[in-house]
Amino acid sequence: MASMRDIKRRRTSIQSTQQITKAMKLVSTVKLQKARGRAEDAYPYFTHVYEAVTSLLSMSDKLDHPYLQSGQSEKAAVIVISSNRGLAGGYNSNIVKKLTGSTLKKENVKVYAVGGKARDSLRNKGYEIAADHSAVMEHPHYADAMEICHEVLEAFTAGEIGEIYMVYTHFKNTVSHIPTMMKLLPVEFDEADAPATDKRLLMNYEPNEEEVLNLIIPKYVTSLFYGAFVDALASENGARMQAMDSATSNAEDMISDLTLKYNRVRQGTITQELTEIIAGAEAIS
Amino acid sequence: MADDSNLFDLEIVTPDRVFYKGKVSMVEFTDQDGDIGVYKHHIPLTTGVVPGVLTITVDGVKKEADLMAGFAEILPDQVRILAEVAEWPDEIDEERAVAAKERAEKRISSHSSEVEMIRAELALQRAIVRLSVKSHK
Repeated sequence: MASMRDIKRRRTSIQSTQQITKAMKLVSTVKLQKARGRAEDAYPYFTHVYEAVTSLLSMSDKLDHPYLQSGQSEKAAVIVISSNRGLAGGYNSNIVKKLTGSTLKKENVKVYAVGGKARDSLRNKGYEIAADHSAVMEHPHYADAMEICHEVLEAFTAGEIGEIYMVYTHFKNTVSHIPTMMKLLPVEFDEADAPATDKRLLMNYEPNEEEVLNLIIPKYVTSLFYGAFVDALASENGARMQAMDSATSNAEDMISDLTLKYNRVRQGTITQELTEIIAGAEAIS
Repeated sequence: MADDSNLFDLEIVTPDRVFYKGKVSMVEFTDQDGDIGVYKHHIPLTTGVVPGVLTITVDGVKKEADLMAGFAEILPDQVRILAEVAEWPDEIDEERAVAAKERAEKRISSHSSEVEMIRAELALQRAIVRLSVKSHK
Protein backbone atom coordinates (compact mmCIF):
# COMPACT_ATOMS: atom_id res chain seq x y z
CA MET A 1 0.00 0.00 0.00
CA ALA A 2 1.24 3.45 -0.89
CA SER A 3 2.48 5.53 1.98
CA MET A 4 0.63 8.54 3.29
CA ARG A 5 3.21 10.87 1.91
CA ASP A 6 3.01 9.39 -1.59
CA ILE A 7 -0.73 9.73 -1.70
CA LYS A 8 -0.60 13.27 -0.43
CA ARG A 9 1.99 14.25 -2.98
CA ARG A 10 -0.03 12.74 -5.79
CA ARG A 11 -3.16 14.48 -4.65
CA THR A 12 -1.45 17.88 -4.56
CA SER A 13 -0.08 17.28 -8.02
CA ILE A 14 -3.51 16.48 -9.39
CA GLN A 15 -4.94 19.49 -7.65
CA SER A 16 -2.52 21.83 -9.36
CA THR A 17 -3.20 20.21 -12.72
CA GLN A 18 -6.87 20.70 -12.07
CA GLN A 19 -6.31 24.38 -11.46
CA ILE A 20 -4.65 24.64 -14.84
CA THR A 21 -7.38 22.78 -16.68
CA LYS A 22 -10.00 24.87 -14.92
CA ALA A 23 -8.28 28.09 -15.96
CA MET A 24 -7.88 26.85 -19.52
CA LYS A 25 -11.52 25.98 -19.64
CA LEU A 26 -12.46 29.50 -18.61
CA VAL A 27 -10.09 31.02 -21.13
CA SER A 28 -11.40 28.89 -23.97
CA THR A 29 -14.97 29.68 -22.99
CA VAL A 30 -14.29 33.37 -23.43
CA LYS A 31 -12.39 32.77 -26.64
CA LEU A 32 -15.19 30.59 -27.91
CA GLN A 33 -17.72 33.33 -27.42
CA LYS A 34 -15.57 35.76 -29.33
CA ALA A 35 -14.79 33.33 -32.12
CA ARG A 36 -18.41 32.39 -32.38
CA GLY A 37 -19.42 36.01 -32.79
CA ARG A 38 -16.92 36.41 -35.59
CA ALA A 39 -18.10 33.25 -37.28
CA GLU A 40 -21.66 34.52 -37.16
CA ASP A 41 -20.63 37.91 -38.55
CA ALA A 42 -18.85 36.26 -41.45
CA TYR A 43 -21.80 34.07 -42.32
CA PRO A 44 -23.96 36.56 -44.32
CA TYR A 45 -21.11 37.48 -46.64
CA PHE A 46 -20.29 33.87 -47.29
CA THR A 47 -23.93 32.94 -47.97
CA HIS A 48 -24.39 35.80 -50.40
CA VAL A 49 -21.23 35.05 -52.32
CA TYR A 50 -22.27 31.43 -52.54
CA GLU A 51 -25.68 32.45 -53.82
CA ALA A 52 -24.15 34.71 -56.43
CA VAL A 53 -21.85 31.96 -57.64
CA THR A 54 -24.56 29.33 -57.83
CA SER A 55 -26.96 31.64 -59.63
CA LEU A 56 -24.24 32.60 -62.06
CA LEU A 57 -23.33 28.99 -62.73
CA SER A 58 -26.87 27.70 -62.87
CA MET A 59 -27.70 29.82 -65.87
CA SER A 60 -24.42 29.71 -67.67
CA ASP A 61 -23.64 26.04 -68.04
CA LYS A 62 -22.25 26.79 -71.43
CA LEU A 63 -19.40 28.66 -69.85
CA ASP A 64 -16.03 27.24 -70.69
CA HIS A 65 -13.92 28.55 -67.90
CA PRO A 66 -10.72 27.15 -66.41
CA TYR A 67 -12.11 27.44 -62.89
CA LEU A 68 -14.94 25.10 -63.80
CA GLN A 69 -12.81 22.24 -65.06
CA SER A 70 -10.24 20.13 -63.35
CA GLY A 71 -6.78 20.93 -64.55
CA GLN A 72 -4.40 18.57 -66.27
CA SER A 73 -2.55 17.83 -63.09
CA GLU A 74 -3.33 14.81 -60.94
CA LYS A 75 -2.27 16.74 -57.89
CA ALA A 76 -4.77 18.14 -55.46
CA ALA A 77 -4.14 21.01 -53.12
CA VAL A 78 -5.67 20.47 -49.71
CA ILE A 79 -5.96 23.33 -47.29
CA VAL A 80 -5.85 21.74 -43.87
CA ILE A 81 -7.08 23.91 -41.04
CA SER A 82 -6.16 22.81 -37.55
CA SER A 83 -4.87 24.53 -34.44
CA ASN A 84 -1.45 25.60 -33.27
CA ARG A 85 -2.01 24.45 -29.74
CA GLY A 86 -2.96 21.09 -28.36
CA LEU A 87 -5.09 20.11 -25.37
CA ALA A 88 -8.19 20.25 -27.48
CA GLY A 89 -9.26 16.63 -27.28
CA GLY A 90 -9.61 14.93 -30.63
CA TYR A 91 -9.86 18.20 -32.54
CA ASN A 92 -6.61 17.95 -34.49
CA SER A 93 -6.49 14.19 -34.92
CA ASN A 94 -10.01 14.23 -36.35
CA ILE A 95 -8.88 16.69 -38.99
CA VAL A 96 -5.90 14.52 -39.89
CA LYS A 97 -8.10 11.42 -40.03
CA LYS A 98 -10.51 13.21 -42.35
CA LEU A 99 -7.72 13.65 -44.86
CA THR A 100 -6.01 10.29 -44.43
CA GLY A 101 -9.36 8.54 -44.65
CA SER A 102 -10.36 10.32 -47.84
CA THR A 103 -10.12 8.90 -51.34
CA LEU A 104 -7.21 11.18 -52.22
CA LYS A 105 -3.90 9.38 -52.73
CA LYS A 106 -1.11 10.46 -50.47
CA GLU A 107 1.37 11.09 -53.28
CA ASN A 108 -1.09 13.33 -55.11
CA VAL A 109 -1.79 15.59 -52.18
CA LYS A 110 -0.12 18.91 -51.60
CA VAL A 111 -0.91 20.16 -48.15
CA TYR A 112 -1.35 23.86 -47.50
CA ALA A 113 -1.20 23.83 -43.74
CA VAL A 114 -3.00 26.36 -41.61
CA GLY A 115 -2.36 25.24 -38.07
CA GLY A 116 0.78 23.58 -36.75
CA LYS A 117 -0.68 20.44 -35.24
CA ALA A 118 -2.05 18.87 -38.40
CA ARG A 119 0.99 20.07 -40.32
CA ASP A 120 3.39 18.16 -38.07
CA SER A 121 1.25 15.10 -37.98
CA LEU A 122 0.80 15.00 -41.77
CA ARG A 123 4.48 15.60 -42.34
CA ASN A 124 5.26 12.60 -40.17
CA LYS A 125 2.86 10.53 -42.22
CA GLY A 126 4.77 11.47 -45.36
CA TYR A 127 2.48 14.06 -46.93
CA GLU A 128 3.99 16.86 -48.96
CA ILE A 129 3.63 20.19 -47.20
CA ALA A 130 3.52 22.78 -49.96
CA ALA A 131 3.07 25.81 -47.73
CA ASP A 132 2.67 26.63 -44.10
CA HIS A 133 0.44 29.47 -42.98
CA SER A 134 0.03 28.39 -39.39
CA ALA A 135 0.52 31.86 -37.97
CA VAL A 136 -2.82 32.84 -39.49
CA MET A 137 -4.76 30.82 -36.92
CA GLU A 138 -3.61 33.10 -34.13
CA HIS A 139 -5.90 35.77 -35.43
CA PRO A 140 -7.44 35.03 -38.82
CA HIS A 141 -7.99 38.07 -40.95
CA TYR A 142 -9.71 38.41 -44.31
CA ALA A 143 -6.43 39.59 -45.82
CA ASP A 144 -4.80 36.28 -44.80
CA ALA A 145 -7.50 34.38 -46.61
CA MET A 146 -6.89 36.55 -49.68
CA GLU A 147 -3.21 35.80 -49.63
CA ILE A 148 -3.63 32.05 -49.38
CA CYS A 149 -6.35 32.13 -52.01
CA HIS A 150 -4.06 34.02 -54.35
CA GLU A 151 -1.29 31.50 -53.85
CA VAL A 152 -3.50 28.47 -54.43
CA LEU A 153 -5.28 29.92 -57.43
CA GLU A 154 -1.98 30.80 -59.01
CA ALA A 155 -0.85 27.20 -58.68
CA PHE A 156 -4.19 26.12 -60.13
CA THR A 157 -3.93 28.41 -63.14
CA ALA A 158 -0.31 27.39 -63.67
CA GLY A 159 -1.45 23.78 -63.88
CA GLU A 160 0.53 22.61 -60.86
CA ILE A 161 -2.62 21.37 -59.22
CA GLY A 162 -5.85 20.13 -60.71
CA GLU A 163 -8.19 20.32 -57.76
CA ILE A 164 -8.52 22.26 -54.55
CA TYR A 165 -9.97 20.82 -51.37
CA MET A 166 -10.30 22.14 -47.87
CA VAL A 167 -10.46 20.26 -44.58
CA TYR A 168 -11.72 22.10 -41.53
CA THR A 169 -13.94 21.65 -38.54
CA HIS A 170 -17.42 23.02 -38.85
CA PHE A 171 -18.81 24.54 -35.68
CA LYS A 172 -22.37 23.29 -35.46
CA ASN A 173 -22.94 24.18 -31.83
CA THR A 174 -21.00 24.23 -28.59
CA VAL A 175 -20.98 20.46 -28.21
CA SER A 176 -20.86 19.35 -31.81
CA HIS A 177 -18.02 20.10 -34.20
CA ILE A 178 -17.92 18.26 -37.48
CA PRO A 179 -14.69 17.67 -39.39
CA THR A 180 -15.57 18.53 -42.95
CA MET A 181 -13.87 18.08 -46.28
CA MET A 182 -15.10 20.12 -49.19
CA LYS A 183 -14.11 20.60 -52.78
CA LEU A 184 -13.52 24.20 -53.80
CA LEU A 185 -12.31 23.99 -57.37
CA PRO A 186 -13.40 23.06 -59.92
CA VAL A 187 -16.63 24.52 -58.63
CA GLU A 188 -19.27 21.91 -58.01
CA PHE A 189 -22.61 22.76 -56.68
CA ASP A 190 -25.87 21.14 -55.96
CA GLU A 191 -28.56 21.95 -58.49
CA ALA A 192 -31.01 21.99 -55.62
CA ASP A 193 -29.06 24.81 -53.97
CA ALA A 194 -29.53 27.11 -56.91
CA PRO A 195 -31.89 29.97 -56.12
CA ALA A 196 -35.21 30.19 -57.87
CA THR A 197 -34.16 31.33 -61.29
CA ASP A 198 -37.30 33.16 -62.39
CA LYS A 199 -36.33 36.68 -61.45
CA ARG A 200 -32.68 36.15 -62.13
CA LEU A 201 -33.13 34.89 -65.63
CA LEU A 202 -32.69 38.34 -67.08
CA MET A 203 -29.52 39.12 -65.18
CA ASN A 204 -26.96 41.02 -67.19
CA TYR A 205 -23.29 40.67 -66.54
CA GLU A 206 -20.92 43.49 -67.07
CA PRO A 207 -18.65 43.32 -68.99
CA ASN A 208 -19.56 39.64 -69.56
CA GLU A 209 -20.09 36.36 -67.74
CA GLU A 210 -16.51 35.21 -67.99
CA GLU A 211 -15.13 38.43 -66.59
CA VAL A 212 -17.56 38.37 -63.73
CA LEU A 213 -16.69 34.75 -63.07
CA ASN A 214 -13.03 35.71 -63.04
CA LEU A 215 -13.86 38.26 -60.41
CA ILE A 216 -16.27 36.25 -58.32
CA ILE A 217 -14.52 32.89 -58.12
CA PRO A 218 -11.45 34.19 -56.25
CA LYS A 219 -13.79 36.03 -53.89
CA TYR A 220 -15.81 32.89 -53.49
CA VAL A 221 -12.73 30.85 -52.59
CA THR A 222 -11.45 33.58 -50.30
CA SER A 223 -14.74 33.86 -48.49
CA LEU A 224 -14.79 30.08 -48.05
CA PHE A 225 -11.31 30.22 -46.57
CA TYR A 226 -12.16 33.05 -44.25
CA GLY A 227 -15.41 31.37 -43.23
CA ALA A 228 -13.54 28.15 -42.54
CA PHE A 229 -10.89 29.95 -40.47
CA VAL A 230 -13.35 31.57 -38.14
CA ASP A 231 -15.47 28.43 -38.04
CA ALA A 232 -12.43 26.34 -37.19
CA LEU A 233 -11.34 28.78 -34.52
CA ALA A 234 -14.71 28.53 -32.85
CA SER A 235 -14.55 24.73 -33.08
CA GLU A 236 -11.05 24.67 -31.67
CA ASN A 237 -12.05 26.62 -28.61
CA GLY A 238 -15.23 24.62 -28.27
CA ALA A 239 -13.25 21.39 -28.43
CA ARG A 240 -10.74 22.68 -25.93
CA MET A 241 -13.48 23.82 -23.60
CA GLN A 242 -15.03 20.37 -23.66
CA ALA A 243 -11.69 18.61 -23.23
CA MET A 244 -10.74 20.83 -20.31
CA ASP A 245 -14.15 20.43 -18.76
CA SER A 246 -13.88 16.66 -18.72
CA ALA A 247 -10.25 16.89 -17.55
CA THR A 248 -11.36 19.04 -14.64
CA SER A 249 -14.12 16.67 -13.63
CA ASN A 250 -11.80 13.67 -14.02
CA ALA A 251 -9.33 15.39 -11.72
CA GLU A 252 -12.16 15.93 -9.28
CA ASP A 253 -12.91 12.20 -9.31
CA MET A 254 -9.27 11.28 -8.82
CA ILE A 255 -8.89 13.72 -5.96
CA SER A 256 -11.88 12.36 -4.08
CA ASP A 257 -10.62 8.84 -4.69
CA LEU A 258 -7.19 9.72 -3.33
CA THR A 259 -8.63 11.58 -0.37
CA LEU A 260 -10.55 8.47 0.59
CA LYS A 261 -7.41 6.35 0.23
CA TYR A 262 -5.39 8.85 2.20
CA ASN A 263 -7.84 8.84 5.08
CA ARG A 264 -7.91 5.05 5.13
CA VAL A 265 -4.14 4.84 5.26
CA ARG A 266 -4.04 7.51 7.96
CA GLN A 267 -6.59 5.60 10.02
CA GLY A 268 -4.65 2.40 9.41
CA THR A 269 -1.46 3.97 10.66
CA ILE A 270 -3.12 5.31 13.77
CA THR A 271 -4.72 1.96 14.52
CA GLN A 272 -1.41 0.23 14.05
CA GLU A 273 0.37 2.68 16.31
CA LEU A 274 -2.26 2.23 19.00
CA THR A 275 -2.00 -1.54 18.79
CA GLU A 276 1.74 -1.27 19.15
CA ILE A 277 1.51 1.05 22.18
CA ILE A 278 -1.07 -1.15 23.87
CA ALA A 279 0.96 -4.25 23.14
CA GLY A 280 4.08 -2.52 24.50
CA ALA A 281 2.26 -1.38 27.65
CA GLU A 282 0.95 -4.88 28.21
CA ALA A 283 4.41 -6.34 27.83
CA ILE A 284 5.82 -4.01 30.50
CA SER A 285 3.07 -4.70 33.04
CA MET B 1 -42.07 61.32 -45.54
CA ALA B 2 -40.70 60.44 -48.93
CA ASP B 3 -42.75 58.43 -51.36
CA ASP B 4 -42.19 54.79 -50.56
CA SER B 5 -42.62 53.67 -54.14
CA ASN B 6 -39.17 54.94 -55.06
CA LEU B 7 -37.39 53.00 -52.38
CA PHE B 8 -35.58 49.72 -52.81
CA ASP B 9 -33.70 47.39 -50.51
CA LEU B 10 -29.99 47.94 -50.22
CA GLU B 11 -27.74 45.47 -48.54
CA ILE B 12 -24.00 45.94 -48.21
CA VAL B 13 -22.16 43.00 -46.75
CA THR B 14 -18.48 42.67 -45.88
CA PRO B 15 -16.70 39.61 -44.50
CA ASP B 16 -16.83 40.85 -40.94
CA ARG B 17 -20.29 42.41 -40.76
CA VAL B 18 -23.45 43.51 -42.51
CA PHE B 19 -22.41 47.07 -43.27
CA TYR B 20 -25.75 48.48 -44.34
CA LYS B 21 -29.24 47.11 -44.65
CA GLY B 22 -32.29 49.19 -45.33
CA LYS B 23 -34.52 50.99 -47.80
CA VAL B 24 -32.88 53.70 -49.86
CA SER B 25 -33.84 55.82 -52.85
CA MET B 26 -30.49 55.82 -54.60
CA VAL B 27 -27.06 54.32 -54.30
CA GLU B 28 -23.93 55.39 -56.15
CA PHE B 29 -20.63 53.56 -56.35
CA THR B 30 -17.79 52.92 -58.77
CA ASP B 31 -17.69 49.91 -61.04
CA GLN B 32 -15.16 48.80 -63.62
CA ASP B 33 -16.48 51.27 -66.19
CA GLY B 34 -16.77 54.28 -63.92
CA ASP B 35 -19.32 55.74 -61.56
CA ILE B 36 -22.74 54.17 -61.52
CA GLY B 37 -25.93 55.42 -59.87
CA VAL B 38 -28.75 53.03 -59.20
CA TYR B 39 -32.42 53.93 -58.74
CA LYS B 40 -35.31 51.57 -58.39
CA HIS B 41 -36.18 49.47 -61.46
CA HIS B 42 -32.64 49.28 -62.68
CA ILE B 43 -32.09 46.44 -65.13
CA PRO B 44 -30.73 43.30 -63.47
CA LEU B 45 -26.98 43.58 -63.49
CA THR B 46 -24.02 41.96 -61.85
CA THR B 47 -20.87 44.00 -61.98
CA GLY B 48 -17.49 44.33 -60.35
CA VAL B 49 -16.95 47.09 -57.81
CA VAL B 50 -13.64 48.92 -57.71
CA PRO B 51 -12.41 51.12 -54.85
CA GLY B 52 -14.46 54.29 -54.74
CA VAL B 53 -16.86 56.45 -52.82
CA LEU B 54 -20.20 54.96 -51.92
CA THR B 55 -23.11 57.36 -51.64
CA ILE B 56 -26.40 56.25 -50.18
CA THR B 57 -29.41 58.55 -50.48
CA VAL B 58 -32.24 58.05 -48.02
CA ASP B 59 -35.05 60.63 -47.70
CA GLY B 60 -32.97 63.16 -49.60
CA VAL B 61 -30.09 62.81 -47.16
CA LYS B 62 -26.79 61.61 -48.57
CA LYS B 63 -24.51 59.34 -46.62
CA GLU B 64 -20.99 58.68 -47.77
CA ALA B 65 -18.66 55.80 -47.08
CA ASP B 66 -15.75 54.16 -48.79
CA LEU B 67 -16.12 50.89 -50.60
CA MET B 68 -13.28 48.64 -51.71
CA ALA B 69 -13.16 45.83 -54.24
CA GLY B 70 -16.11 43.51 -54.51
CA PHE B 71 -19.13 43.05 -56.70
CA ALA B 72 -22.70 44.22 -56.86
CA GLU B 73 -25.84 42.36 -57.74
CA ILE B 74 -28.56 44.69 -58.93
CA LEU B 75 -32.18 43.57 -59.23
CA PRO B 76 -35.13 45.90 -59.90
CA ASP B 77 -36.17 46.12 -56.27
CA GLN B 78 -33.02 45.09 -54.51
CA VAL B 79 -29.31 45.84 -54.60
CA ARG B 80 -26.75 43.73 -52.87
CA ILE B 81 -23.13 44.80 -52.69
CA LEU B 82 -20.53 42.35 -51.49
CA ALA B 83 -17.33 44.19 -50.72
CA GLU B 84 -14.13 43.31 -48.99
CA VAL B 85 -14.05 46.54 -47.02
CA ALA B 86 -16.59 49.30 -46.38
CA GLU B 87 -16.10 52.06 -43.84
CA TRP B 88 -18.04 55.08 -42.63
CA PRO B 89 -16.01 58.30 -42.47
CA ASP B 90 -15.60 58.09 -38.70
CA GLU B 91 -14.11 54.62 -39.00
CA ILE B 92 -11.36 55.72 -41.33
CA ASP B 93 -7.92 56.05 -39.84
CA GLU B 94 -6.73 59.21 -41.53
CA GLU B 95 -3.12 58.98 -40.44
CA ARG B 96 -2.88 55.47 -41.77
CA ALA B 97 -4.41 56.47 -45.08
CA VAL B 98 -1.99 59.40 -45.45
CA ALA B 99 0.94 57.13 -44.65
CA ALA B 100 -0.32 54.52 -47.12
CA LYS B 101 -0.68 57.18 -49.78
CA GLU B 102 2.87 58.43 -49.33
CA ARG B 103 4.23 54.91 -49.31
CA ALA B 104 2.39 54.03 -52.51
CA GLU B 105 3.52 57.21 -54.25
CA LYS B 106 7.10 56.54 -53.31
CA ARG B 107 6.87 53.05 -54.72
CA ILE B 108 5.36 54.22 -57.95
CA SER B 109 7.99 56.91 -58.46
CA SER B 110 10.79 54.43 -57.78
CA HIS B 111 9.61 52.30 -60.73
CA SER B 112 9.69 48.90 -59.12
CA SER B 113 8.61 45.65 -60.75
CA GLU B 114 5.32 45.40 -62.58
CA VAL B 115 3.53 43.46 -59.88
CA GLU B 116 4.64 45.93 -57.28
CA MET B 117 3.49 48.80 -59.45
CA ILE B 118 0.01 47.32 -59.69
CA ARG B 119 -0.07 46.78 -55.97
CA ALA B 120 1.12 50.27 -55.25
CA GLU B 121 -1.43 51.74 -57.62
CA LEU B 122 -4.23 49.83 -55.93
CA ALA B 123 -2.99 50.92 -52.53
CA LEU B 124 -2.82 54.51 -53.72
CA GLN B 125 -6.35 54.27 -55.07
CA ARG B 126 -7.63 53.00 -51.73
CA ALA B 127 -5.82 55.69 -49.81
CA ILE B 128 -7.20 58.43 -52.06
CA VAL B 129 -10.74 57.14 -51.68
CA ARG B 130 -10.41 56.99 -47.92
CA LEU B 131 -9.05 60.49 -47.71
CA SER B 132 -11.70 61.94 -49.99
CA VAL B 133 -14.50 60.33 -47.99
CA LYS B 134 -12.93 61.62 -44.81
CA SER B 135 -12.57 65.16 -46.11
CA HIS B 136 -16.19 65.36 -47.34
CA LYS B 137 -17.52 64.68 -43.93
